[in-house]
Amino acid sequence: MTPTSGPDDRLAPALRTEALEQLLTERGLIDPAAMDAIIATYETQVGPLNGAKVVARAWTDPQYKSRLLQDGTAAIAELGFTGPQGEHIVVVENTPTTHNVVVCTLCSCYPWPVLGLPPSWYKDPAYRSRVVREPRAVLSEMGLDLADGVRITVRDSTSEVRWLVLPERPAGTEHLTEEELVPLVTRDAMVGVAKVTAP
Amino acid sequence: MTAPLDVDGPAAPPRSNGELVFAEPWESRAFGMAVGLHEAGAFAWPRFQAALIARIRAWEDGRAANEPWDYYRLWLAALEDVLTEQDVIRADEVTTRARSLAARPAGHDHGDHGDHGDHHDHDRPR
Repeated sequence: MTPTSGPDDRLAPALRTEALEQLLTERGLIDPAAMDAIIATYETQVGPLNGAKVVARAWTDPQYKSRLLQDGTAAIAELGFTGPQGEHIVVVENTPTTHNVVVCTLCSCYPWPVLGLPPSWYKDPAYRSRVVREPRAVLSEMGLDLADGVRITVRDSTSEVRWLVLPERPAGTEHLTEEELVPLVTRDAMVGVAKVTAP
Repeated sequence: MTAPLDVDGPAAPPRSNGELVFAEPWESRAFGMAVGLHEAGAFAWPRFQAALIARIRAWEDGRAANEPWDYYRLWLAALEDVLTEQDVIRADEVTTRARSLAARPAGHDHGDHGDHGDHHDHDRPR
């Protein structure tokens, strides 16, 4: 913050947002109740749990996994997860030798139907620029140390492609059911900045 | 476009991953407005996305301006860019309305007016 930044600076976008909403509502262009519903959906319903269900299904159903890697959007829609920003989801698989990590270098493209809205670090200029240049260092700073032999591929999201990482199923989870696997799968693992660990 | 999705209880993500989706209420309104306008057909999403990319790039090119990084501020600016470009609103009317909102007496919308909260200032001079 600059020395001149104060309460007014923090107030400004809130007031501007309220002003814009009022103007658009008065002109019949926006329905505040519809906005409430959209916000509630992304605050409480659409989130990484959806992606976790997709991953757990892929871990336990080889045919589903094959469909998922072939056409992400269609296979994800099989589980009922559709909607804005989910039109072109491509799923890439992490293996012991290949690691994918997702970024949107230009803005904040992200597969909303399976992960919800992106966390703040994903939108941060530092992550967006650095993970492309030095992915191994950035991942290490985020707590994921990959062996030198692991090939890292940085996947840059665009309006044409939203990437979702299918993490490795951790050793020691062979006896777990699909339902038991779901809670192990984290958002960070599906963005590729973490691994899934056994319970 | 927004499909109904099942919820597995109040602890369901995104909160379960340790982060609230919106840091402040206005961020959620700015988000909901853009998605709502798009779903109502006001603009194609790529148009908004291009405006957002332009705003982010402008911020990144002008770091010296000392403006702190504020994603939803850029989101809001991008939304205004699209709406102004399409002559849906003028930037100066938003400014005027925001000033008028800023001039409200303190505490006006914190329950004092009960059900009238949404209409309290419609007869105020602007």
